[in-house]
Amino acid sequence: MQRGEERPGIAEIRGWLSEVPDPEIPVISLTDLGIIRDVAWQGETLVVTVTPTYSGCPATGVINLDIEKALRDRGISDLRLERQLSPPWTTDWITAEGREKLRAYGIAPPIDGTAADGRLAGRIARLSGMSNLTIACPRCGSTQTRKVSQFGSTPCKASYVCNDCLEPFDYFKCI
Amino acid sequence: MGSAVNQAAFFEWLCRVGDNCLILGHRVSEWCGHSPVLEEDIALANQALDLIGQTQFWLGLAAEVEGKGRSADQLAYLRDAAAFRNVLLVERPNGDFGHTLMRQFLFDAWHIELLRALEKSSDARVAEIAAKAVKEVAYHLERSADLVIRLGDGTEESRARMQKALDTLYPYTGELFMADASDEAVVAAGIAPAPASLKAAWDATVSQVLAEATLTHPGETYQHKGGRKGVHSEHLGFILAEMQFLQRAYPGATW
Repeated sequence: MQRGEERPGIAEIRGWLSEVPDPEIPVISLTDLGIIRDVAWQGETLVVTVTPTYSGCPATGVINLDIEKALRDRGISDLRLERQLSPPWTTDWITAEGREKLRAYGIAPPIDGTAADGRLAGRIARLSGMSNLTIACPRCGSTQTRKVSQFGSTPCKASYVCNDCLEPFDYFKCI
Repeated sequence: MGSAVNQAAFFEWLCRVGDNCLILGHRVSEWCGHSPVLEEDIALANQALDLIGQTQFWLGLAAEVEGKGRSADQLAYLRDAAAFRNVLLVERPNGDFGHTLMRQFLFDAWHIELLRALEKSSDARVAEIAAKAVKEVAYHLERSADLVIRLGDGTEESRARMQKALDTLYPYTGELFMADASDEAVVAAGIAPAPASLKAAWDATVSQVLAEATLTHPGETYQHKGGRKGVHSEHLGFILAEMQFLQRAYPGATW
């Protein structure tokens, strides 16, 4: 910032970040996704703290570039991005608005509290009954859907298909 | 944080954790474009991506602990085979799809127990990487266990292939639970659990899933070892030749 110039407030900066789309699912923004953990001025430096979704998410580098570009375009030149791993990102942090945008885009939003925990004891018992999450088809709303694969087009999604309208769709799985 | 532990031992241990993820991630990525069905191809590629992502954290921390100015990339691309510390299990060739899934299951069942224990590490950096990775590995384990059950308790052909995979790979699992002076140092510092302490939970998971899959547990067998000390099978060299080619041929290349 130029000396003597009024620094933009945090709320205003968060507003700018809410316009930066996720590079892989451009209908939702970085703030919808819940990955902006903090925005704060440290002296003259703006520090934006970002948490990765998945460890290997290839969008992470692009996201950092997009944040830098959005803020530099608004005149913020003294900028630092920090990575924060803990607490680890969870789909619970996707905003209500973000979930609606996902559904409208054709991706079934995550159902909170259904993340895999790797505890197989109960799972094996359930397997025989083939019980599954009830995921509503984002196209027709039917809950007659079935899982095709636990990993969809990206690590954060599973592949489903609707038995009623036959639409194949992604489910943003819980983590 | 970590000041009480011998940093060379800590570095050695971090390389073991990171190299397991790196080499398995690379192995699994070899399936990209070759899987029996598209969904499985994508699933394998995504799982490889998780493992490579975790590698970046572990080897990044290893480089920091080593304090010689090396980066995670340099550790991955510029070490020779004898400097790698992964267990022999993860460098085993992929074989068929069932073989790959069996290797994954045997690894995942161990990996999740390791990460659960590491969430309580005395080193905050280790604990936070583990807390991140454990959520991903829970999905890996559920997937590999499901497929081992489905293929084991499947057709005569799929069952025979899974039993063969199990019999071939089981002798490479013992190394996951072995310990040397480096392990003892990080255990004493509260950074990591004793490898042997993970065995009971791993045994329980493996026995349960194999029973469900109608496969015969190989029982006590001879166990191969060496990878964690840098004594590798011939397979690792071929992996590195492919994985490291670009940085070896064009040192420092970026894009």
